[in-house]
Amino acid sequence: MTSSTGSTGAARRLRRRTLPPLALAVSGMLLAAACSGAGGAGGGSGKHSINVLMVNNPQMVDLQKLTAANFTKSTGIKVNFTVLPEDDVRDKITQDFSSQAGQYDVATISNYEAPIFAKNNWLSPLTSQAKADTAFDQSDILPAMQQSLTYQGQLYAEPFYGESSFLMYRKDVFAAKGLTMPAHPTWTQVADLAAKADGAQKDMKGICLRGQPGWGEMIAPLTTVVNTMGGTWFDKDWTAQVDSPAFTKATQFYVNLVRRHGEAGAAQSGFTECLNDLEQSKVAMWYDATSAAGSLEGSGSPVAGKIGYVPAPVDQTSNSGWLYTWAWGVQKASSHQSDAWKFISWASGKGYENLVGKQLGWSRVPAGKRASTYTNPAYVKASSAFATPTLTALKSVDPSNPGVQPRPAPGIQFVGIPEFTDLGTQVSQQLSSAIAGRTSVDSALKASQKLAEKVAKNYAGK
Amino acid sequence: MATATATSPAASGTSSPTTARARRNGRALGILAWLCGIVFFLPFGWMLLTSFHSEQDAGTNPPKLDAALTLHGYREFFGSGTGVSPWPPLINSLTASIASTVLVLVLATPAAYALSVKPVRKWTDAMFFFLSTKMLPVVAGLLPVYLIAKNTGMLDNIWLLVILYTSMNLPIAVWMMRSFLADVPVAVLEAASIDGAGLPTVLVRIVAPIVAPGIAATALISFIFSWNELLFARVLTGVTASTAPVFLTSFVTSQGLFLAKVCAAAVCISLPVLAAGFAAQDKLVQGLSLGAVK
Repeated sequence: MTSSTGSTGAARRLRRRTLPPLALAVSGMLLAAACSGAGGAGGGSGKHSINVLMVNNPQMVDLQKLTAANFTKSTGIKVNFTVLPEDDVRDKITQDFSSQAGQYDVATISNYEAPIFAKNNWLSPLTSQAKADTAFDQSDILPAMQQSLTYQGQLYAEPFYGESSFLMYRKDVFAAKGLTMPAHPTWTQVADLAAKADGAQKDMKGICLRGQPGWGEMIAPLTTVVNTMGGTWFDKDWTAQVDSPAFTKATQFYVNLVRRHGEAGAAQSGFTECLNDLEQSKVAMWYDATSAAGSLEGSGSPVAGKIGYVPAPVDQTSNSGWLYTWAWGVQKASSHQSDAWKFISWASGKGYENLVGKQLGWSRVPAGKRASTYTNPAYVKASSAFATPTLTALKSVDPSNPGVQPRPAPGIQFVGIPEFTDLGTQVSQQLSSAIAGRTSVDSALKASQKLAEKVAKNYAGK
Repeated sequence: MATATATSPAASGTSSPTTARARRNGRALGILAWLCGIVFFLPFGWMLLTSFHSEQDAGTNPPKLDAALTLHGYREFFGSGTGVSPWPPLINSLTASIASTVLVLVLATPAAYALSVKPVRKWTDAMFFFLSTKMLPVVAGLLPVYLIAKNTGMLDNIWLLVILYTSMNLPIAVWMMRSFLADVPVAVLEAASIDGAGLPTVLVRIVAPIVAPGIAATALISFIFSWNELLFARVLTGVTASTAPVFLTSFVTSQGLFLAKVCAAAVCISLPVLAAGFAAQDKLVQGLSLGAVK
């Protein structure tokens, strides 16, 4: 009896000790699960909501900020955004679209992916919706943009913003050193200016060029240099040309320039690092995307008003800027096609550009896609430093003929084939090592040629 | 007594340098421990400092130590810039981590009992089997898991992560719990059995209190692994079930500055794990040293 009483008491004590925390944990967990709506897939895909997957660029962050109070308020369509860094978003989009899982209705794709995805039947064509939506004014979209998002006569994505590339330089530094930037510089002139501007201020280098591995990082500016110096990745018969004299000359020039007068830590520098270097007066020039101007001239930028913009430097061609756009594509498996178009029409429309200009500032407008943007007095006034050079660059590009010889696939700073992401990244790793001084350009290109030959085998003679 | 008196000076003569040497060694070890502690803390300290800098200052090379402090990064984390709340992903992480940890403990404790206190036949093979499940690279299972999740409609569902995290942490938990349970004196269990206690009573009232520090250590390890898991969460979740580590990566951009924001987010997301670690500090030390001295 005593023993039994003792046992009951101990059990009660044990229950007292263990039950409250256990109950707390379980109830907290259930509450959390309930709050998080963890019921099943696509919780946000209700009748009037769409799921949008997009890259985490500043223009998209602005869009995220303005959607609920404007688009959702006027249409009643809730937009659930998933925002990821560029590499992650590409993986996620490919994963969702290739399996047609339908988690996302709309995603940001570039002019590199659009024709490939369209060919694979992963995207819904937008031609008829764009035609029917007169307020959207499809004819206002810049021809090069529209062409780069079209496959077999059908439009598969609408641009959110577009960019080319140009050369940015510090006007005040050039003036102090007595340097003059030509209106249409050649790469030889740029190399000369970089040498002279090197050391113009304490810790200031002549130029910032991307050296970070990645097909979307250093390969983009490098390929434009290769194009204008007479090189190409593949000739029209799909023969790899990575170790050709022209490709080698351009790469050697790029690597030498960045090693002699380029930014500190060049092998790890991409867009973000170069943007920071120019803002922090660590470099006097920067060759990169036209969309960088928005950040450089934006509020809080220490170099706003001090930057000059000239077209992409050339060698054998008359222009050499790249063409790139982040555009909206609709997944074929989406069950919200109509709502998806409404969102695209709003986000890529003229009204949205005005909304951003008025609420966030004209330098933050997602420009580079519509001709009307460059006739908008408010935008032109606020972006006078870079609006015209940007439009000129965008109008001068030709994705199907960017160099001195015919190409087997479209693309300026890339080759429009699915294998290019892997090929470009592997080659960039070799070349980044050359920039870091761990290998020579010749041996890097020799190894790269073998990689390119493997890819060429998939296409040659077909 | 005379002998004792005679040996006393000699004894003190030999013990004094020994004590001094022991003190010196102790001090040296103490300094070494502090140095190790500082080295381990440095990355977190750096992250903490950067989280209070502006994006421009955070991005400078070489880094600025004396830059002005600001809460901008933290405001961004809590959605002042985008209006995006961090709470849903934090709650998702909490759900996945707590639920999987509870399941891991519920399953691992009896399994470990059957492998240590009353070992089943060929228990070493069973232990190796548990270990072998960790030999497959996680990424190798990613595609099959994704396809299964897609075909069963479990994509973007937090309970899928609960199941996965439970299965991923179970082998480690079984190994850990087995080493803790092996230290439970068999005599105590026999005494309980003689007093008429059945297996559930023995497990709950005898074994659990003795190995409580070990359970705490196992729970914490399981919680930390679940909380920090990124690969599966990134691939299998989307709009509703996204977890804190996935949310953290959303601050990274290739077209702008983000270091301060990411550091602020990383500090905030580390806090629950740090809090759990501090709360279970005593038990953790006891647990991790259980079985260390035989």
